[in-house]
Amino acid sequence: MQYGVDERGYYGKFGGAYIPEMLYPNIEELRENYLDIIAEPGFQEEFQMLLRDYVGRPTPLYFAKRLSDKYGASIYLKREDLCHTGAHKVNNTIGQIILAKKLGKKRIIAETGAGQHGVATATVCALMGLPCTVYMGAVDMERQKPNVERMRILGAEVKPAESGSKTLKDATNEAMRAWINNPTDTHYIIGSVVGPHPYPDMVARFQSVISEEIRWQLKEKEGRETPDYVVACVGGGSNAAGAFYHFLNEENVRLVNVEADGMGFSTGKSAATSILGKEGVLHGSRTLLMQTEDGQVVEPYSISAGLDYPGIGPMHAHLFDTKRADFYSVTDEEAMKACVEVSRFEGIIPAIETGHAFGALPKMELKSSDVVVINLSGRGDKDLATYIKWGGY
Amino acid sequence: MNRLDQVFENNPEGNLLNVYFTAGYPKLRDTRTILHALEKAGTDIVEIGMPYSDPMADGPTIQQSNDVAIGNGMTIHTLFDQLQGMREHVSLPIVLMGYINPVMQFGLEKFCQKCQEVGIDGLILPDLPMAEYLDIHKPTFEKYGLYNVFLITPQTSEARIREIDENTHGFIYMVSSASITGAKGSITEGQVAYFNRVNAMGLRNPRLIGFGISNHETFSTACQYAKGAIIGSAFINLVRESHDLEKDITEYIHAVKGR
Repeated sequence: MQYGVDERGYYGKFGGAYIPEMLYPNIEELRENYLDIIAEPGFQEEFQMLLRDYVGRPTPLYFAKRLSDKYGASIYLKREDLCHTGAHKVNNTIGQIILAKKLGKKRIIAETGAGQHGVATATVCALMGLPCTVYMGAVDMERQKPNVERMRILGAEVKPAESGSKTLKDATNEAMRAWINNPTDTHYIIGSVVGPHPYPDMVARFQSVISEEIRWQLKEKEGRETPDYVVACVGGGSNAAGAFYHFLNEENVRLVNVEADGMGFSTGKSAATSILGKEGVLHGSRTLLMQTEDGQVVEPYSISAGLDYPGIGPMHAHLFDTKRADFYSVTDEEAMKACVEVSRFEGIIPAIETGHAFGALPKMELKSSDVVVINLSGRGDKDLATYIKWGGY
Repeated sequence: MNRLDQVFENNPEGNLLNVYFTAGYPKLRDTRTILHALEKAGTDIVEIGMPYSDPMADGPTIQQSNDVAIGNGMTIHTLFDQLQGMREHVSLPIVLMGYINPVMQFGLEKFCQKCQEVGIDGLILPDLPMAEYLDIHKPTFEKYGLYNVFLITPQTSEARIREIDENTHGFIYMVSSASITGAKGSITEGQVAYFNRVNAMGLRNPRLIGFGISNHETFSTACQYAKGAIIGSAFINLVRESHDLEKDITEYIHAVKGR
């Protein structure tokens, strides 16, 4: 079984490039060039230097003793929360902006939901001196004001997406439209492993540094490169893709995807795509997505703005379809409780997205010999208002 | 003979007007009213849009009409119900336009079969990749007598245009500029160069120019460089404001065609 992308841009039956002709030249230019550019020594040198000196990599692999005692297994935390800008998102934006420069692009556009990818994009645009426009749902701009201001401080223009439900999926549509309107000088930095091929593969490659580091770090600490479980939360799925990447073909490593279940999948207020989704096409790729019987995209719900995406990346749809990954769903309440537990047990306040990954721990049947790596994808500073509003601590 | 071939054969001089409207907009039951008014007013081809929640290639006007139509309850099932028996009254060629996801959920073969049953001549599915069409769906389209219309833009390479010409039937939808639908403006020198470049290629399919066509002036300019032109967003604006669809549509179509 092949879990990576094939030469046609598919993961099993998922993926591909379902795009209007207006986007074809842009996507084709990327598809023809991305692998060669990433392989260039010059690219790698700059990428590795920036990951080390600017992002602060490698991020630690930390043995979480008190959580390990509680759950009766050896639990390690991959500290992506310690990356510059507070989450794994910047690994991808660094990679894509170097790529954009190599392609001769003069300006950058991006979509953002909660604002984390927008901030990571605005950050690297400031770093490289490129103009940046971030599309963000008008509703999300209202909900995530501090991130809007962060992007503006960094010099980015934040444009509200006023169409549809005015959230992440509409911001993505607006960014695609902006790209259609500026086909030659602009690069679109997609923030997750979604969108038309080659985006899911390209973003996964830039995030794969996470699992590359886990392997040698675990070897140092446990004398083995492969854990029994790798656990990550999944909205679009970029942190999970990065944490799984170098374990995809090692079937003795269980991959665990944790979805946001909002108020519970039976309430209609959920983002649990593996339960509620059906095969279809969303934002240019064939995947699992939440939709009506008539094929209209349904607006998902989660307390975590980074997980309320109506689909999952095609790689994850394939991992689900082939049962290569286990899927758990964790409600708002379970995730918030897990966030507080991690804060109290380990002194780390996680992003609420990441809290979902921890929320799977009580649902997993762990043995004392198990080695579990949880990808701690982001820190919780940005979520303080949500923590306070929830109040259960 | 496919009605699309017929209309180009019967009008060698061109000047064909193709009008897009969204099914179920402004009211759910306006689909047939608008279709009949367009035929009576002398429209040459009609493109009926199947509304979708996330129409990536469309601008705000068409997206908003899609949202309203979905809110009105328009679905592919409902559209086929509305179009049942329409060929007793309507003889112009009709193309259905929409995004692939709702069609996939309906079932592509069943969709094509229903298209034939109600008398549809062609399809525009902008996010259906050509490779997938050729590898999987082409025999189904052909079985039900449906032409698949592809788009080209100023950025489309010559090799790609040739490939599209090879696999398109009826006409090629020539997007006038790098833009989404509803973009404003008159026709620029750059666009004229693009139209001339494509005209010099000796393609087997006729072209219709779309995007940015709104009135008699832009329509007749476009007709100098292709067999005709397509109006979408401007027509959506018209029907949204209209209190008498039949009268307003007739006046508008006559004005655009210069009668």
